[in-house]
Amino acid sequence: MKKTYRMKDLDCANCAAKMERAIGKLDGVSAVSVNFITQKLTLEADEERFEAIVEEAGRICRRIEPHCVILGR
Amino acid sequence: MDRRQKRTLARILISAALLILAALLPLEGPLRLAAFLVPYAVIGHDVLWEALEGIAHGQVFDENFLMALATVGAIGTGEYPEAVFVMLFYQVGELFQSYAVGKSRQSIAALMDIRPDWANVERDGALAQVDPEEVAVGEVIVVRPGERIPLDGEVLEGTSAMDTAALTGESLPRTAGPGDEVISGCVNLSGVLRIRVSKVFGDSTVAKILDLVENASSKKARAEQFITRFARYYTPAVVLAAVVLAVLPPLLSPMDWRESLNRALTFLVISCPCALVISVPLSFFGGIGGASRQGILVKGGNYLEALAKARVVVFDKTGTLTQGVFRVTEVRCSPEDRTALLETAALAELHSSHPIARALREAWGKPLDPSRVREVEERSGRGVRSVVDGTAVLAGSRRLLEEAGLTLPADDGALPGTVVHVAVGNRYLGCLLISDQLRPEAPKALSALKAEGVEKTVLLTGDSLSAGEAAAKELGIDQVCAQLLPGDKVEQVERLLSEKGRRGKLVYVGDGINDTPVLSRADVGIAMGGIGSDAAIEAADVVLMDDDLSKLPLAVSIARRTLAIAKQNIVFALGVKLGMLLLVAAGFASMWMGVFADVGVAVLAILNAMRALKVPKAS
Repeated sequence: MKKTYRMKDLDCANCAAKMERAIGKLDGVSAVSVNFITQKLTLEADEERFEAIVEEAGRICRRIEPHCVILGR
Repeated sequence: MDRRQKRTLARILISAALLILAALLPLEGPLRLAAFLVPYAVIGHDVLWEALEGIAHGQVFDENFLMALATVGAIGTGEYPEAVFVMLFYQVGELFQSYAVGKSRQSIAALMDIRPDWANVERDGALAQVDPEEVAVGEVIVVRPGERIPLDGEVLEGTSAMDTAALTGESLPRTAGPGDEVISGCVNLSGVLRIRVSKVFGDSTVAKILDLVENASSKKARAEQFITRFARYYTPAVVLAAVVLAVLPPLLSPMDWRESLNRALTFLVISCPCALVISVPLSFFGGIGGASRQGILVKGGNYLEALAKARVVVFDKTGTLTQGVFRVTEVRCSPEDRTALLETAALAELHSSHPIARALREAWGKPLDPSRVREVEERSGRGVRSVVDGTAVLAGSRRLLEEAGLTLPADDGALPGTVVHVAVGNRYLGCLLISDQLRPEAPKALSALKAEGVEKTVLLTGDSLSAGEAAAKELGIDQVCAQLLPGDKVEQVERLLSEKGRRGKLVYVGDGINDTPVLSRADVGIAMGGIGSDAAIEAADVVLMDDDLSKLPLAVSIARRTLAIAKQNIVFALGVKLGMLLLVAAGFASMWMGVFADVGVAVLAILNAMRALKVPKAS
């Protein structure tokens, strides 16, 4: 399953790269891109665990950039 | 400026004023510290807070942490004004950076502003304004002048001029009338159109283009991958170097700990690779955006990069270099027979829908009376035998006429194109040469490609060698491979790939019809005339939205410019950073210079990256 989310207050390009790396390491994620320019997160992951993965991705983003949130969930 | 940026600006101004006040007041001891702590808190409280949060989350060595450490360290060593100043400078830089990035985002978004907001649908006899995504196939929409066509469809009623500039970069309007296909994203200029929707929004041209351009940034160019890899090793290396810088000099020399710590902190402040990480992808994104504005869709930064290194360009002939439209280009007969030859040929082929027959009728160009033609008999691959005005007429290949016992003038062989011989009764009238027309802009496009640094051009064709060579000569193409079956084209491209060496790239340009394997085998596959053609958009790496060949050198030129800008940013950002790191290590640079190196370089690199959005003038 593949889905795209908008992100709010993603301010630092290096952080976007860090998020991409960290989310990519999550179990069940087959592809992920955190686009700093379009402020979008594109996630491709296992259908059954998708909700949990998005949840975890949100935590990762907050950890790297505290005020950054994933919208449209 | 958004709300957060405005608030930061206000904080910067207040803090700056308080800093000046604190510097002017004749205070000593703890009172002096307190006076400087006020502007420090105003400007730096969020940085300190985020640094603490970062540590709690295990994110050490992010920017906030470094700034907090550096300024708290400065306060600890009694350099109060410097601490406030560094924090102030950092916030100014961050503000600039976020403003510049916001602006770039906006200009890219404006570039892609082709998404229609609503559609006027006829439902239950009335017009309803709905989201284009809610319109089903087969429904009828109404588009008024000045509105954007929201969905692909067929015109039922009305005639209008369409501005396709947003899709093709072509400013000349096209006309559309009943029966014509229209494409979403175009702007309706003059008349009201009733359109029957043929695709849902998700499959429509405009949705596809938007999706393609937005996803283009996920296919990263090598230059971008380099940056990501680089950042991974760079930060730990700098941290290690900072530790060495803090510990070693005081142990080995009479330098005191305060000075060495100060240098190590400054060293860390410079270490953020943000300038690189933002500006290189931004350059590619800008290049892709600028190209799409010209009707050139590039599916990824990697293809833009390969296009910039184009060394060999291979062309398909029919439909790519030629218009794919057949015309009578030569009439061979005695002058008094000319009219009879043209008219008889057109009459003989009156009922055929073959492109050759169409070309013959077009060459005659006058109305034809069907009652004059009888007993039409088509001989597949040879021609037509019929009775015109009571006399038997043969129109077709040399073989058709010779089999009927006619004697034809000696074969002069090397005619480029298809030859139709015509005989009335037992008399041979002459022959007509029918060939495909070269695109008028092709010669100029080919020479422009050479000017862009392409070394070799190759023509692949299924036609005869003579036809291929004639076209190649007219266009200045270096090499011709003729009489190829579709499968042979892949072989030829593979041969050319192995011949060209490793550094240059091979570009294949085709019309996207039955050359999918070749498109995917080449380093960059370019499809022409992709407007409305799903197959072409699917198979190719780069799509030229209209049939204009001159977009090809333009695409190469945009690619080269984008790559050049990305390289400038890499060299500039790395150069300044390395220089600063050396200066700091040697003790020649202070902390605020370090802050400048960090954010100043980022802002300059972003501004430079934005140049990629501008399209160079066609050469």
